[in-house]
Amino acid sequence: MKKFAVAALIIGAFLIYSILYDHSNAIPFVPTSATETSTATDSTTGSSTTTPTPSSTTGTSSGGLYKNGSYVGSVADAHWGSLQVKAIIKNGKIADVQFLQYPNDRNRSVDINNYADSQLTTEAIQAQSANVDIITGATDTSEAFVQSLSDALTQAKV
Amino acid sequence: MKQTALIMGMPITLEVMDATVTQSDLNAVFAYFVSVDTAFSTYQTTSEISRINRGELAVENCSAAMQTILALSEQTKQETHGYFDIQHNGYYDPSGIVKGWAIQNAASLLSARGYQNFYIDAGGDIQVAGFKDGYPWRVGIRNPFKHSEYVKVLTLSDRGVATSGTAIRGQHIYNPYHPDAALLEIVSLTIIGPNVYEADRFATAAFAMGKAGIQFIEDLAGFEGYMIDVHARATFTSGFKKYVLQEI
Repeated sequence: MKKFAVAALIIGAFLIYSILYDHSNAIPFVPTSATETSTATDSTTGSSTTTPTPSSTTGTSSGGLYKNGSYVGSVADAHWGSLQVKAIIKNGKIADVQFLQYPNDRNRSVDINNYADSQLTTEAIQAQSANVDIITGATDTSEAFVQSLSDALTQAKV
Repeated sequence: MKQTALIMGMPITLEVMDATVTQSDLNAVFAYFVSVDTAFSTYQTTSEISRINRGELAVENCSAAMQTILALSEQTKQETHGYFDIQHNGYYDPSGIVKGWAIQNAASLLSARGYQNFYIDAGGDIQVAGFKDGYPWRVGIRNPFKHSEYVKVLTLSDRGVATSGTAIRGQHIYNPYHPDAALLEIVSLTIIGPNVYEADRFATAAFAMGKAGIQFIEDLAGFEGYMIDVHARATFTSGFKKYVLQEI
């Protein structure tokens, strides 16, 4: 699941990047060139071969979009801490994205139940393992991810 | 059939279980989201909302969709004691209501084409319809402290669910009564409602209320909520458990 989420983010970030930088005069987001989400599952192996191509309309050669190497992205504010990624480029494609910083600092002090008089219940949050179809959540962290990754890929650009 | 596209600056995923669904159905839904973005994006300088904010377009002369959103925003403002307000420093930012409204309309579009079993997920706000392989859809609530984890599994059918955090893209939530006060106590608030439009607008408003938001949801008929604070403690409403997957 973790790998899936990361892979989905990578693909999302890569698409945003490719659209913003390779179609400089196009509208920011391309709707109908929908990506099959199944590619995200495949890319959990970390193989660069499953990285989706930006679009068939690009005129770039098959030599790849980026220079090979490792690129450290900017530190982005993920609101509950800092986020920073490193992009690894192999064969001109994104082979891996590693987290150098990830927001994880939380105060572990015990909270007093403020809702004793109401019907509300409190509990400590706990990770679940059952399979899910969809995930609901705010998108702040993923935005910081896109920001840091975009910076890394700008450095990697041919 | 399942597909994802990046529109309005976020991934939008559709999955339709009905066997007769076609690519053109999904394209129509994606095209709808693009049209919403074209009108309502505060990031696009040519959007209708940007023209209104620059004073180039009078509210009376804007599109029917814009009039609808402005009216719904005003209604929501009143229903939430002013905590929901799309006007800030003289500018309109309706993203706190447009997303849920657009998902809801997109779901209606699929329903009108005869589909009964699907979900639409736009940046973590979701409308689910019918079932997947005979069971309700399973929706995880993301751990706000750890992106790869989820801390609850909900089983939902014909419901909307939306989560507000501190800084959703294009939707900086603030307390209109204390605009400069940071909303630090609450990290994440997930609302289950009769549809995603209702869930989204009340998630936004209740989040702006801080710790009091969950009590507001408790008092709201037809809604349940799950709030996570900075101490990784969750507080949930009295009817919330009926949506939680019971592990055997």
